[in-house]
Amino acid sequence: MTGPASRLILSAAPRGDGAFTLDAGAWAALPAALRQEPELALMALWADGARVHAAFRSLAAPAPVIASCAVEGGRFAALSPARPGAAWFERAIADLWGWQAEGGSDARPWLDHGRWAMRAPLSPAPPPRIGEPPQPVFLPAEGEGVHQFPLGPVMGSLGEPAHHRFHVLGETIVRLEVLLGYTHKGLQGLWRGQPPLRAAPLVARISGDSTVAHSWAFAGAVERALGIEPPPRAIALRGVLAELERLTNHLRDIGALSGEAGFAWPQARLGALCEVLLRASEAAFGHRLLMDRIIPGGLAADIALDGREGLRAALRLVAAELPALRDVMEEHASLQDRLSGCGVLRPEWAALLGAGGIVGRAAGRDVDARRDLAYAPYDQHPPAVPRASASDVEARLALRLEEILAGIPLIEALLEALPPGEVSTPLPARAGEASFTVEGFRGDVFCWVALDEAGLLAGCFPRDPSWLLWPLLEASMENNILADLPLIARSFNASVSGVDL
Amino acid sequence: MLWPRLARSLLRRPLTDAPVPPLPETVAGLTERLQASARARLGRSLAIRAIDAGSCNGCELELAGLQGVVYDLERFGLRFVESPRHADVLLATGPAVRNMGEALLRAHACMPEPGWVVAVGDCALDGGLFRDSYAVAGGIGAVLPVDLVIPGCPPSPSLILEGLLALVEAES
Repeated sequence: MTGPASRLILSAAPRGDGAFTLDAGAWAALPAALRQEPELALMALWADGARVHAAFRSLAAPAPVIASCAVEGGRFAALSPARPGAAWFERAIADLWGWQAEGGSDARPWLDHGRWAMRAPLSPAPPPRIGEPPQPVFLPAEGEGVHQFPLGPVMGSLGEPAHHRFHVLGETIVRLEVLLGYTHKGLQGLWRGQPPLRAAPLVARISGDSTVAHSWAFAGAVERALGIEPPPRAIALRGVLAELERLTNHLRDIGALSGEAGFAWPQARLGALCEVLLRASEAAFGHRLLMDRIIPGGLAADIALDGREGLRAALRLVAAELPALRDVMEEHASLQDRLSGCGVLRPEWAALLGAGGIVGRAAGRDVDARRDLAYAPYDQHPPAVPRASASDVEARLALRLEEILAGIPLIEALLEALPPGEVSTPLPARAGEASFTVEGFRGDVFCWVALDEAGLLAGCFPRDPSWLLWPLLEASMENNILADLPLIARSFNASVSGVDL
Repeated sequence: MLWPRLARSLLRRPLTDAPVPPLPETVAGLTERLQASARARLGRSLAIRAIDAGSCNGCELELAGLQGVVYDLERFGLRFVESPRHADVLLATGPAVRNMGEALLRAHACMPEPGWVVAVGDCALDGGLFRDSYAVAGGIGAVLPVDLVIPGCPPSPSLILEGLLALVEAES
């Protein structure tokens, strides 16, 4: 953290927990300073009604640093000229708060489709919307024989709503642009002013497949803002819940990838194994997808008396079958033919957007919040962090398999060393501000919260890793064929609901 | 090797769960809704087009589970289809988010008659936790006429299957 942008942020007024308040001049100087410090990656950019905040981290210093600046007259200096990943965030701020990012690379709306009764719904006095919804404008691609192929928002195969606009030359994709916002539920408006325990069920439904990760990041941020620690038993069980979520999602993704490539047998077997884990999860924690288990202050309920045995038995089944499944998939030439060299993400793009998770690690990036931030219980149980360098669909599938095999002993160790005692602690009502990052199955889930004097949520921004995965998916589709969209998209598995909020 | 494993699985007990009988009350309620002509035409089979009207994707995970070997919904004559033009049932999840309103209406308009709308999940019932948002119109019923609601957050695959089987029973 010695580059010009880091120096600029760290020399501003500190507010605690790695957050700094910059004046308008320092914020305006940030884009130029960021250009000179490419290793400082943008994690998130969001607004809270009075200020705009940006969270950064680097491989050398993985703890997030938050730069904030008061917004005057609805304008702030854009970061997108220096960090392309900022463009989606800036457009979201414009859609929800009506604030313009000056000098931004893209000013088109994406959350606001012109279907709400007002513009800028989170601003203090939203102006009413008049007139017909506008037609979306897509980035052009020019050349002889290039034509457009629209897909969505209603997607096949139980996909989440998203509009894909392809520019294709024959079968080959020249450019993909994704328009999201179709599942925007207005979450930031719903949890504003709520007590953290009332907001927790909303946070648990940011993205159903990452319910544990989002609930944990939110609970961690609230606890840190209030200066409390959840009981040790709750912390260990949070680790169990998060690893179970990682396992079931990886099993589903590997199965779906195999199925999309036309090899149905592994999908059937992996689906059955996933179901075994879901049923053991329900028996142990009372919910198949583990929703609403993690709450600020600890857990909603302890593990069932015989829950540990059930989970161990389920994990033994997965551990026994997975190596053989891996061998079959690796030997199956027609599967390898579809996956290998497909959807390659260039490592420099992964670095430019600071990609983490499976996508980042498959591109050779050595990142995992569990190890890098060593939050409890991973300080006692450091995870293995497998990496790959091919950065294609095959590498992402192989990494998921390795993470499952590494996750099983991790859950067993956490269950073995489960501390006794309570699983929750009461929340005091006081002001505070903090952020917390956990490693979900897609990558690092970051959550920032600000509580007012009464202990109510003055602001909350959960950043799903999908915010950075969508632009990378668009880039990785270039020069692939249209028929490989399901494979490549599934290998990223970016969440729609997680960014639409 | 794949082939020895496939051969061995022929000798094993199937992984698929035993079927769940639908509740008689649900069947009776649905029978009233369905016309005699529909019964004659469709028999014991339903083509389902699932549509996400703004869900958190939790319901989609359980719907995907239905297609797996454990629940295997195709053995009941139920199957997911890719187009609403091929569907007897529009199965909608999530609250009816305003940004998806037109897509939901258009998908419904594409369906051949007779067709039914099944709302899956607590959000689809009345908007759930999201009902008071500026971005949400309410439950699926706020946009389309709903014939059957399968509640739960998310409902388990066996519960969804039970609801769909009730629809098949009512129809035959």
